[in-house]
Amino acid sequence: MLASGIMDEDAGSMQRIIDCGAGAIVTKSIGMQPRDGYANPTVLELEYGLLNAMGLPNPGIEQYGQEMKKLRSSTTPIIGSIFGANEKEFTLLAEKMEHYGASAVELNVSCPHAKHYGLEVGCDTTLLQKIVSSVKDHVQIPVWVKISPNVTNIVEIVKAAEQGNADAIVAINTVKGLKIDLETRRPILANKIGGYSGIAIKPIGIRCVYDIATQVQIPIIGVGGITTGEDAIEYFLAGASAVQIGSAVYYRGLDVFTLICKEIEQWMSTHHIKKITELIGAGHQ
Amino acid sequence: MNIPTVAPLLSSVTEASDIKTITFKNKSAVLPGQFFMIWIPGVDEIPMSVSYITRDVKGITFRNIGEATRALARLKPGDRIGIRGPYGNGFRITGKHLLFVGGGTGIAMLAPVVEQAQKRKLNLTVILGVKTKKELFFENRLRRSGATVLVSTDDGSKGYKGYASELAKDILEKEHINAVYTCGPEPMMKSLLSHCKTIPFQASLERYMKCSIGLCGQCCIGKGLRVCVDGPIFDGKTLRHCEDFGTFKRDASGRKIPI
Repeated sequence: MLASGIMDEDAGSMQRIIDCGAGAIVTKSIGMQPRDGYANPTVLELEYGLLNAMGLPNPGIEQYGQEMKKLRSSTTPIIGSIFGANEKEFTLLAEKMEHYGASAVELNVSCPHAKHYGLEVGCDTTLLQKIVSSVKDHVQIPVWVKISPNVTNIVEIVKAAEQGNADAIVAINTVKGLKIDLETRRPILANKIGGYSGIAIKPIGIRCVYDIATQVQIPIIGVGGITTGEDAIEYFLAGASAVQIGSAVYYRGLDVFTLICKEIEQWMSTHHIKKITELIGAGHQ
Repeated sequence: MNIPTVAPLLSSVTEASDIKTITFKNKSAVLPGQFFMIWIPGVDEIPMSVSYITRDVKGITFRNIGEATRALARLKPGDRIGIRGPYGNGFRITGKHLLFVGGGTGIAMLAPVVEQAQKRKLNLTVILGVKTKKELFFENRLRRSGATVLVSTDDGSKGYKGYASELAKDILEKEHINAVYTCGPEPMMKSLLSHCKTIPFQASLERYMKCSIGLCGQCCIGKGLRVCVDGPIFDGKTLRHCEDFGTFKRDASGRKIPI
């Protein structure tokens, strides 16, 4: 499925990704109010990955309803990614997403570069559990929690999410990074600190999923550096039940969803695997 | 890698009231119609279509209109900017008699494609549409290229009084034009498209851009067409089916705002 933040600010873009073969779409992270995000530069491609600091730009939950409405007839599940500062905001946003027809919500408690949101919320296990519980109490659709690798207590965080009755863990969000220009001797991104994604972070994601799989009973959705079918297989072996694709859209184009699905099937066929479930968590030995 | 390369400004020239051209050393291969992301350290990074293309030096031409262009306008030779790109698809030249219609600063990015077409010894007609003659630029440059250059001003201070699209309509009725190329305000381009009927049409669009590499979705129009990667040049067939064209754009937050 499409990871949050890529080509998912409006219905037309999401429809194009659906047409390119994505199994599901996760929306841009939507908050209570419209937000411009940071000034440019917001995205850079470095040697082995992409560094971004968008700053959670979004048109706000009220306006985003118009985009969701246009996808209402789609048979492809749309997962509403949301970000708030507390349980009240998350709950209201989740209720709106459910009302708009979202098949699930993904709580962004892991954006590495936005003040008062994202990671600042996701580091606080008490607050996180409160948020997940509150959202679960108010919506019927599944609630996923997207977590960050930029923490020392990943086990406590996923346990807090599970205790709050989360339906799945999405791991990982981007890894904090910085790029300095040598000539001007200043960080290039307007926000200075960004989130690193793409090829370089795959081993970090694999490690997180592997560790989380030993700690929680709920499904894990793997994301971070998946560019090929074999990358996806590796995430399955680590314990992921599904995967999300973001930066690979840059590396391989919009057809990446179809390509990766084909590569997964080919790999399974040459390795005589009939069902993906045979692979999930099989790397724990 | 897709990061800005820092280069000093070689020149900064005033073209008309509020309109400047800056040039810098850049050896990348650029097609007319493509754009650079121009980084003004500490201020912003903005997409800018290329207005001068030589092997070693490139230039951009802009109106001093916002924070970023104000900062660019203040720069002097030797001051440094960052350049990444070129990005986007560029124009495709087809046909023997071509009509170019530039409105306002849209004139800037049409100049290189006119010059490219001139090298192929094609019959070229160029309309430069501005509000008033003080804002006119590149007239001599384009005349030197051998094109027939016509000027329209909204206030009648020079040439045809009225919109460039109306002057274009007259030409399209009188002459056998094989293809139309345009850049300018979207209502002008949309009106021009309606006069083109079956004539091949290419227009350069502008949208708020962030990543410029086809990921963030900020500049998408219609059914997920990325102005930064699939554009900025779109053909008439695509634009006729794109409800955004000439109707609305999206601000930095993604909210739709009327054009």
